[in-house]
Amino acid sequence: MNGVRTYRRPISTWWWVGKRTYFVFVMRELSSIFIAWLVVYLLLMIAAIGRGADAYDDFLRFAANPVVVVVDLVALAFVVLHTITWFGLTPKAMDVRAAGRPVPAAAVIASQYVGLVVVSAFVVWLVSR
Amino acid sequence: MTKRRVEPFVWLMFSGGGVVAAVFLPVLAFLFALAYPLGWLDPPDRDHLSAVVGNPLTILVLLGLFVLMLVHSAHRFRYTLYDGLQVKAKTTVAVLCYGAAAVGSVATVVVLVAAGFTS
Amino acid sequence: MPDEAGTIGLRVARYRPDTDSEPGWQEYDVPLRREWTVLDALNHVKNEVDPTLSFRWSCRMGICGSCGMDVDGTPRLTCGTFLADFAPGPIRVEPLSNFPVVRDLVVDIDDFIQKLPRVKPWIIRDEEKSVDEGEYLQSPEELDAYKQFSMCINCMLCYAACPVYGLDPDFVGPAAIALAERYDLDSRDQGARERLDVLIEHEGVWGCTFVGECTRVCPKHVDPAGAIQRYKLKAARESVKALLLPRGAR
Repeated sequence: MNGVRTYRRPISTWWWVGKRTYFVFVMRELSSIFIAWLVVYLLLMIAAIGRGADAYDDFLRFAANPVVVVVDLVALAFVVLHTITWFGLTPKAMDVRAAGRPVPAAAVIASQYVGLVVVSAFVVWLVSR
Repeated sequence: MTKRRVEPFVWLMFSGGGVVAAVFLPVLAFLFALAYPLGWLDPPDRDHLSAVVGNPLTILVLLGLFVLMLVHSAHRFRYTLYDGLQVKAKTTVAVLCYGAAAVGSVATVVVLVAAGFTS
Repeated sequence: MPDEAGTIGLRVARYRPDTDSEPGWQEYDVPLRREWTVLDALNHVKNEVDPTLSFRWSCRMGICGSCGMDVDGTPRLTCGTFLADFAPGPIRVEPLSNFPVVRDLVVDIDDFIQKLPRVKPWIIRDEEKSVDEGEYLQSPEELDAYKQFSMCINCMLCYAACPVYGLDPDFVGPAAIALAERYDLDSRDQGARERLDVLIEHEGVWGCTFVGECTRVCPKHVDPAGAIQRYKLKAARESVKALLLPRGAR
């Protein structure tokens, strides 16, 4: 605007602390760190499995270390947050249609949880046999 | 002609990674990071896991899962640094995040193939 | 509740560019009437207490989109925000976030006005029908496809709620992208490719991290956040097609 001295308000680094929805958003985004950590953790385990029974036992001892357990507990909590928020946002992000009609959001969310249960049951069956 | 941009492809991998992390990671994290190490469930013996991990199909699936999840993490963390912490060095952040995902993906190939050969 | 239950405090952000180096606060006490909105209270202040207070408003019925302000930190249309919901107060009234302040509660909306036409929010035809051929017909189902996104009143609450826009003013932003989607979904329109070329750029849809606050504050339930994610999917689908299919096959 010509000739008018406008004021630009600075944005605090902590803009996301004051409002619940912003805070949940940043927590949701921070789940990325823990997803990356779990990938690294699983790779370490697979490497140990490849190296033999002794290495695998060593890995189980490492995994039972209290520090690692705490990190993994926090990581699992963030993964659950990721799963809940991801499933919840899917019907917003996609226009899911069946036979030309929009599928209700609740049905989209429910079907994802069915997928989660099926996959989880399969993984449990596969690794424990 | 649609303009050629890299963003749509990165976003597709981010989304794919988000889906597989949401579906696969809760059970994997619960079993291997808590239930087995803490003895809530009896850990499967090494030979069985070795056979599972050595199956070519498992290797392919795990490769896909891990690479997608790494890209997902890198992409999301990149924007967390931009928005959450207001980091201004955007190019540096992008190079570091995606670079880490690329290094992780190479490591994934190495680990999976090595574990596959010894089974 | 009686018609008038005492008074309620308004904590209003003031900025006078000729004398102030930055905004400050001014408190007013206004009658707490059941039927009064924040806008009514501001008009009461302007008419009865302090004529120097500046703010924008027009229709008082939630359709002109001029009276948007941050009320207790959340962008709202002040003509639809009732004092009684904030009792006992005080109620914090500030100019819409993320926009430069011109004076008091008035913000500079030039950036939004310049962004709107970039997404070409009008019906684009490869070839216009002549008037003799009659109107473009549309079924109720085809109307339903885009109706939700056509409810936008350009009030800019979504821009005020969007942290990405606040941090990166180059971002095209929620309302403009929702409006692009509105025309893309219109059966009479053939301009999707042109809009995609604008929105597939870095400052188009990709900056959005799906905070979702734009959708939560929208007084017309337009759901800009959903529109942006669908646009990303559309951009991705077209990009994959362009990569896989030979030139001109689409």
